[in-house]
Amino acid sequence: MSGIRAHFDIDRQRFRLKVDLDLPGRGVTALFGQSGSGKTTVLRCVAGLERAPNGRLIIGEETWQDEERGIFLQPWRRPIGYVFQEPRLFPHLRVRRNLEFGLKRTPASLRRIGWDKVVDILGIGHLLDRWPGALSGGEKQRVAIGRALLTSPRLMLMDEPLASLDQARKNELLPFIQRMRSELDIPIFYVTHSTDEVIRIADHIVLLSDGQVKAFGTVAEVLSRLDLGHLTGERDVGAVVETTVESHEADYGLTVLGLGGQQLRVPRIDAAKGTPIRIRIHARDVSVALTRPAGISILNVLPARIVELGETTGAVVDVRLDAGAPLWARLSARSVHDLGLKPGLEVFAMIKSIAFDRD
Amino acid sequence: MLEILSTGGIVQLDFEPMWLTLQVATIVTLVLLVVSTPLAWWLAFGKSRLRPLVEAVVALPLLLPPTVLGFYLLVSFSPTGMFGAPWIALMGQPLAFSFVGLVFASTIYNIPFVVQPLKAAFEAFGRDPLEAAWSLRASPLDTFIHIAAPMALRGYLIAGVLCFAHAVGEFGVVLMVGGNIPGETRTLSIAIFNYVEQIRYLEAHIWAGSLLAFSFVALVLLYGTQPRSLQQRR
Repeated sequence: MSGIRAHFDIDRQRFRLKVDLDLPGRGVTALFGQSGSGKTTVLRCVAGLERAPNGRLIIGEETWQDEERGIFLQPWRRPIGYVFQEPRLFPHLRVRRNLEFGLKRTPASLRRIGWDKVVDILGIGHLLDRWPGALSGGEKQRVAIGRALLTSPRLMLMDEPLASLDQARKNELLPFIQRMRSELDIPIFYVTHSTDEVIRIADHIVLLSDGQVKAFGTVAEVLSRLDLGHLTGERDVGAVVETTVESHEADYGLTVLGLGGQQLRVPRIDAAKGTPIRIRIHARDVSVALTRPAGISILNVLPARIVELGETTGAVVDVRLDAGAPLWARLSARSVHDLGLKPGLEVFAMIKSIAFDRD
Repeated sequence: MLEILSTGGIVQLDFEPMWLTLQVATIVTLVLLVVSTPLAWWLAFGKSRLRPLVEAVVALPLLLPPTVLGFYLLVSFSPTGMFGAPWIALMGQPLAFSFVGLVFASTIYNIPFVVQPLKAAFEAFGRDPLEAAWSLRASPLDTFIHIAAPMALRGYLIAGVLCFAHAVGEFGVVLMVGGNIPGETRTLSIAIFNYVEQIRYLEAHIWAGSLLAFSFVALVLLYGTQPRSLQQRR
């Protein structure tokens, strides 16, 4: 499917939404923002559950909404799969009948996603004869995802599907969503306010605030921008970096990741050579030296160039570096002054730890 | 007629008012369960500003003295009245003091006993499951039949029992619009009134006791049994 174009303009008493989006028709696009930013409303407009006056929505070649031409496709006629924040399983139907509900209503000629595949990816085979009331929160949400998938949607809409779960359940569910993303070729709009989920799942990100689009781009681009830190709600500035597995150092239990011609050594990752791995390097885990430090235990020391000094907040400054990939370092204002750091200076970035946000 | 030998002599039990009452109550309940569904749905999910007004009109029979409602209905049933005139034109018979008129009046009077439990049942699950069903390709009618109605099953049960029991026991409105015509409008509660008037307490006792037991059993069944699907989902 080619791109998705959406224009929604809603003006209500205490809420205003004005978005104009041109989104990729594949991969996972995160609609990201704090509560009240309008991300769920965008999703509901795409599903047809809300009707934006003057709205326009074109999915590939099909127009789902164009108020100027009097077109509005009712939600039950849109080939979408919607996963709500709460699972919304039908309590009077067993899991199997819940799963069959949308499947039965999908014409056989349009069914591309098979029952076995969905049951396998989501690991719900043992739940089929249970009542929804007897499932855990994570299980319910897996069934809800499966129920939506079985309609073979052309577009998956997921509204904070992990928000109602505790951290353990989130970690349990994320791999299922990742499998779904890699094994089924369905574009997904994923609403969330968690950078962690964005980094683990999304390819692109739309940053929303007060009903407006503040940024759109790849996850690495948008999340590494310092000026958006207050919108992402991240107090920990950090770089999101795309790397690939280069080799393994079995003797030390390490994996070597390649990044912009340089190498990072990290605790062993079970992945074949060439696997893309997305990592996050927090600014607070990076420090800077003017000469290559000798006799230190830190494994990862990369030559880098200072690109930009952020604003001083209290005693600290966030400094943007280019080490073949963008990096952030959170330094004390005192150090910045004493070392005479300024844009263009060649330094060495010492990385104390690396967060892996992707399996 | 059933003849019972008692210390007071032979008592003749007339079953006709009972059958008539059951007929009226059954028809009224079935009609109201169907008619009230869209009304309760609109009250639960509609966005119109007229809602409070309609809701007040629907609740009126709860507060109005039955004689007041009965009086207005009687006036409207007259051969020149709002309902009576078209009826007589169509059927050639007066609506007042007829079986049909009795059913009609009882239906009006019982509206709140059906609409309110249904509305509460619809509101209890709200829009959420409906939206979920729509997103799974179910049209609104499909959604109602397969999701809303089963989820509101208990509401329908409550509405049906309340309406039936209440229709069985109604007195004031029946007396006003139906009168006291054997086999046509003489229901059980009217018959009991007649027995008391005639100081035939034994017959009054038998039927009054039967109605008491019936109402009690209906309520016990209502509160004591959970629909299967409700039990199973835990």
